[in-house]
Amino acid sequence: MIGQVVVDGVTNGAMIGLGAIGLTLTYSLLRFANFAHGEFITWGAYLALLLTGALGTVLGGAPIGDLTFGWTLLAALALAMALTGALAVALDTLLFRRLRRQGTEIALVIASFGASLALRSAVEFIFSLQPLYYSHDIAMAVRLAPGMQATEDQLVLFGVALVLMLGMHLLMRHTALGRAMRAASENPLLARLVGIDVAAVVRGTWYLGGALAAAAGVFLGATVQLRPTMGFDLLLPLFAAAVLGGIGSVPGAMAGGLIIGLAEAAAVPLAGAQYRAAVSFLVLLAVLLLRPAGLFGKAD
Amino acid sequence: MSLLRTQALVAGYEPGLPIVRDVSLSVEAREIVVLLGPNGAGKSTLIKAVAGLVPYVSGEVWLRDESITGVPAHRLVRRGLAFVPQNENVFAGLTVGENLSLAAAVLPRPRRAAQVRAMEDLFPDLGRARSQRAGRLSGGQRQMLAIARALVVAPDMLVLDEPSAGLAPVLVDLVMAKLRQIRDGGVAVVLVEQNARAALAVADRAVIMVEGRVAHEGAGASLLDDPVVAQLYLGGRRQQA
Repeated sequence: MIGQVVVDGVTNGAMIGLGAIGLTLTYSLLRFANFAHGEFITWGAYLALLLTGALGTVLGGAPIGDLTFGWTLLAALALAMALTGALAVALDTLLFRRLRRQGTEIALVIASFGASLALRSAVEFIFSLQPLYYSHDIAMAVRLAPGMQATEDQLVLFGVALVLMLGMHLLMRHTALGRAMRAASENPLLARLVGIDVAAVVRGTWYLGGALAAAAGVFLGATVQLRPTMGFDLLLPLFAAAVLGGIGSVPGAMAGGLIIGLAEAAAVPLAGAQYRAAVSFLVLLAVLLLRPAGLFGKAD
Repeated sequence: MSLLRTQALVAGYEPGLPIVRDVSLSVEAREIVVLLGPNGAGKSTLIKAVAGLVPYVSGEVWLRDESITGVPAHRLVRRGLAFVPQNENVFAGLTVGENLSLAAAVLPRPRRAAQVRAMEDLFPDLGRARSQRAGRLSGGQRQMLAIARALVVAPDMLVLDEPSAGLAPVLVDLVMAKLRQIRDGGVAVVLVEQNARAALAVADRAVIMVEGRVAHEGAGASLLDDPVVAQLYLGGRRQQA
């Protein structure tokens, strides 16, 4: 049982980690909690659904090996990431940037609630409330070890999630954009004085955050289903992961996602599936009370 | 031609509430100019406006023969004007080396390493603390890093907001000696200072501001000995050089 908890927790945690990276970066850079971030997950998943239909005519829809999806979904994933990144930048440009100029922090948070509702309602209007699927094929589980099994879909997508997280970590550590993001997040005024275009860094952060959220949405859609509330339902685990890892820390968001994923998976056999969501809330409360800076954060 | 010129500059944080009022001044190459005056005189606002951090209401600013009026702060550093704020003037979460490399990134790639090495030569303590987080440096080391961070881009002009604030007297003297060394190296220096005695000792020229305007201007050393200036603007008593 423990082995299966680990498999379920780690695969789910990778999705949470991907989504939490964007949340923690925008929180750290702009100092506000974006409650619309979950909708980037939803939009990414549904955009990929649209794109698989469009690309299917070009690439064909044949699955790869024993997977339930083929190259079409992977190509759609890349395009959905690009488009969702652009959606995040557009949302910032049209809404949040204007409010930042007015300097009202609470207005940003409330606006993000409004944006979340609007984006979710748009998905409901376009795609209906019915669950949708990338594929109706049944994913067969493979045995990894005694008491541990996972579908090949889960394993492949987990591998892609790890590559994306590692790529993001390397980008933050070893590229000019990453250094600029770290610098602007720590001290935006000083960042300007060393020649960093902070407005461009903000756009880059929204773009990357939106793109990674879209990836989380596609992975969730491929392994479970697509629903208009799929991103909103993931919001609490995302916040818990970001706070647990330490606001602004990419490795922290990844580690936080894995821990939250494992804790949720452990809650199912221990307390029942209905309490799964409560675990994130408990972890969030515990971190805020005991270690507000999180695992990788720096205490003020 | 002056290195920096402001012409009838009016600037402030809020529309309709100018803090800097009609300031025209010039700074020559290889010159240290200190801005003095009581709190609220507009000294810091003036240099922040020049550095692109405070919006202008009206007026013009030129660096060499180019207008830099309205040029955003992140572009001014490429034009040769580097600014050191009073507080939070280093990236505390980055190492000393990362602070310098980050600032040097505006230079052409082949020049970056040489410029960082030049700063480590100018400030040997920083070379020894290259891998240390800037947040763990002492106050004096942090101020040196802030100055080195600004100088690493080889600017023509270095502008500092109260570089001696919070430092022990021995470190204040060290900072002022470094500023003189920087000036001798060919960089013009403009600084706002509350520590008038220390600043006037190294300044070629001093500008005294009162209520947002230039009230008095003269050679640094001469102001130290001017009893009227000392009485009115330098703390109510004659400064001891």
